[in-house]
Amino acid sequence: MSDQWVAVLAGGLSHEREVSLRSGRRLSAALRGVGMTVDEWDADANLLTRLREHRPDAVVIALHGGAGENGSVQSVLEMLGVPYVGTDPRACRRAWDKPTAKAELARAGLATPDWVVLPHATFRELGAQAVLDAMVESLGLPLMLKPDQGGSALGAQVVRDAAALPAAMVACLAYGETVLAERFIEGVEVAVTVIDGPEGPEVLPAVEIRPESGVYDYTARYTAGLTDFHAPARLDRATAAAVSELAVSAHRLLGLRDVSRTDAVIAPDGTVHFLEVNVSPGLTETSLLPMAVEASGRSLGEIYAGLVDRAVARSI
Amino acid sequence: MRRYAQRTAGMTASEIRALFSVASRPEVVSLAGGMPYLAALPLDSLSAEVGQLIAEDGLVALQYGSAQGIPELREQICEIMALEGISAHPDDVVVTVGSQMALDMVTRIFCDPGDVVLAEGPSYVGALGSFAAYQAQVVHVTMDEHGLVPSALREALASVAASGRRVKFLYTIPNFQNPAGVTLAVERRAEVLEICAQHGVLVVEDNPYGLLGFDGQIYPALRSLDADNVVYLGSFSKTFASGLRVGWVLAPHAVREKLVLAAESATLCPPTMNQLMVSRYLATHDWKGQIKTYREAYRERRDAMLSALDQYMPAGCTWTKPDGGFYVWVTVPEGVNTKAMLPRAVTQRVAYASGTGFYADRLGSRQMRLSYCYPTPERIREGVRRLANVLGDELELYNTFGSMAGREVSGPESPSPNTA
Repeated sequence: MSDQWVAVLAGGLSHEREVSLRSGRRLSAALRGVGMTVDEWDADANLLTRLREHRPDAVVIALHGGAGENGSVQSVLEMLGVPYVGTDPRACRRAWDKPTAKAELARAGLATPDWVVLPHATFRELGAQAVLDAMVESLGLPLMLKPDQGGSALGAQVVRDAAALPAAMVACLAYGETVLAERFIEGVEVAVTVIDGPEGPEVLPAVEIRPESGVYDYTARYTAGLTDFHAPARLDRATAAAVSELAVSAHRLLGLRDVSRTDAVIAPDGTVHFLEVNVSPGLTETSLLPMAVEASGRSLGEIYAGLVDRAVARSI
Repeated sequence: MRRYAQRTAGMTASEIRALFSVASRPEVVSLAGGMPYLAALPLDSLSAEVGQLIAEDGLVALQYGSAQGIPELREQICEIMALEGISAHPDDVVVTVGSQMALDMVTRIFCDPGDVVLAEGPSYVGALGSFAAYQAQVVHVTMDEHGLVPSALREALASVAASGRRVKFLYTIPNFQNPAGVTLAVERRAEVLEICAQHGVLVVEDNPYGLLGFDGQIYPALRSLDADNVVYLGSFSKTFASGLRVGWVLAPHAVREKLVLAAESATLCPPTMNQLMVSRYLATHDWKGQIKTYREAYRERRDAMLSALDQYMPAGCTWTKPDGGFYVWVTVPEGVNTKAMLPRAVTQRVAYASGTGFYADRLGSRQMRLSYCYPTPERIREGVRRLANVLGDELELYNTFGSMAGREVSGPESPSPNTA
């Protein structure tokens, strides 16, 4: 049991506000369950006043998308000297921008699907169809389109037919100015949580994701029953080890702290490809991190209480 | 998922609906919801009224009541309906938990899976939800600026008959329609009723906004012209308080008996406390004056919205000009898909309800519903200004990629009832 007083930040103004509020409620209940005093705060115009007046022992960020993952809220907490759970602002930015994370890990020799990053302006200035044709030529089909930043698969789509590409671009660009196009690897999707402990980064059991529709989109993520999950993932020993190694490498190479969740896909040839990493993983009823925690035989409250203790200890 | 009934097919998480979560933040101007402007209510005297209600009548207020609703309220409801030319007996009124429950009950007693309901296109999303829950099929009937088009109604009836299906009723919101904001022309009313009577099709008249005409005009209810073939739904949600969930249905005797039994199995009885609250409010407060206050507030907001639309919207947009109710229905230039555009709007801190949610057949991708009931006139102007920028950016995207259909997404697309 812990007697810390923490503020859980949830909500925010991103497209993922709804998911964040659910993560925040779930996390708060878990922390209360291990004896902590918890306040749930939105990241709004009252936040700084609240932080200055109430001075919680630590802040836990359950914000998804935007300010909670790109390092902005973390920067503010650093400036105010408030201890918080999670990655520092600079590393947040590296992880948040998917192409940056992919490039760093590719440079270190990790596998990640081939990709290109293109802003709307390039299509406008050079001619959309010509650029799309080049994209298909270079990456092949099917390909995965996603906004270069953001989570919950918002705006993400698998495109199997070149004719569907312009419409998919429009839908994707509704979420941001820049598109990340990736070769789509038809394989087994897994999510791997890494938690920092006294012995260094610890890997929780990988969660295998089997969406009924074949695509793990927003609906498949947040409708209970539309996706089958296996935790631990049904992998042979070598693949399981490769998956764990990838997650720890991503965590270390990107300089992540306390907690991260790496999403990866295992190609039919057994290669494990890095897709993206989250510094503020979802904690809802259908989210992957809580499933990994359960499969590890521990509880969400216990794990996050440990992270709160680490955050407090860092500040002393 | 196999253990769920087929009718749950559309009940999934929705990335569109999740976007409305930001509407509660003050930074966002929400033109998406449909919450009435309750700040106009006299809360002090209502509070005293509730206290007295418990003190004087607590044992009745807190006890079960009849499934049909308390008699005093049903009498008062008849007096209200008289304003629209309806002559009705309190015995034919069933009080419901908002008119949404009336819709559910009516669909329950009339529709088997596969039966057809005719509805204006676009139509109220909550009604479409009730019809879907009973696996009825909706066939939309075209509207113009004078409401439902009689010739289109005839055509729809003929085409459904030709397809071998049965039409059970016409669902219509004749006054200040949600979402289109148009009103069925008085000259068309008898014709619509006649067509339905000829085809043996019942008319379900949903009239929550009838007393909210901005010039104080009250149109004759369809029910006032045909007592035998119209089921009338009324509500206190827009004229008094939406959170009390008190509505009603007025139906011909035979229908009413089934409704009472259906209501009993659904809820046993509507909340007695809320019924008594409405009844006392009607008896002791200037409810007509309150409706006038609402009307004037909504007219000011409608004016703000229409003038802002005139000032800011890009070329190629058109919109309806409601003379009552809560909503303006906007058509955007060819190629723009309002559902695909919603994330961009949220990024720019404005929200609206995209058009496809108001159709059962995926039409409406070029339309959106803007509501002016809840934000202040200044906020409405700012919201429309932002929306015009969003449209400008979206048009640029379409210029780059060409016009195209939006992506299919699952789940409800309209905001939940408590969306600002």
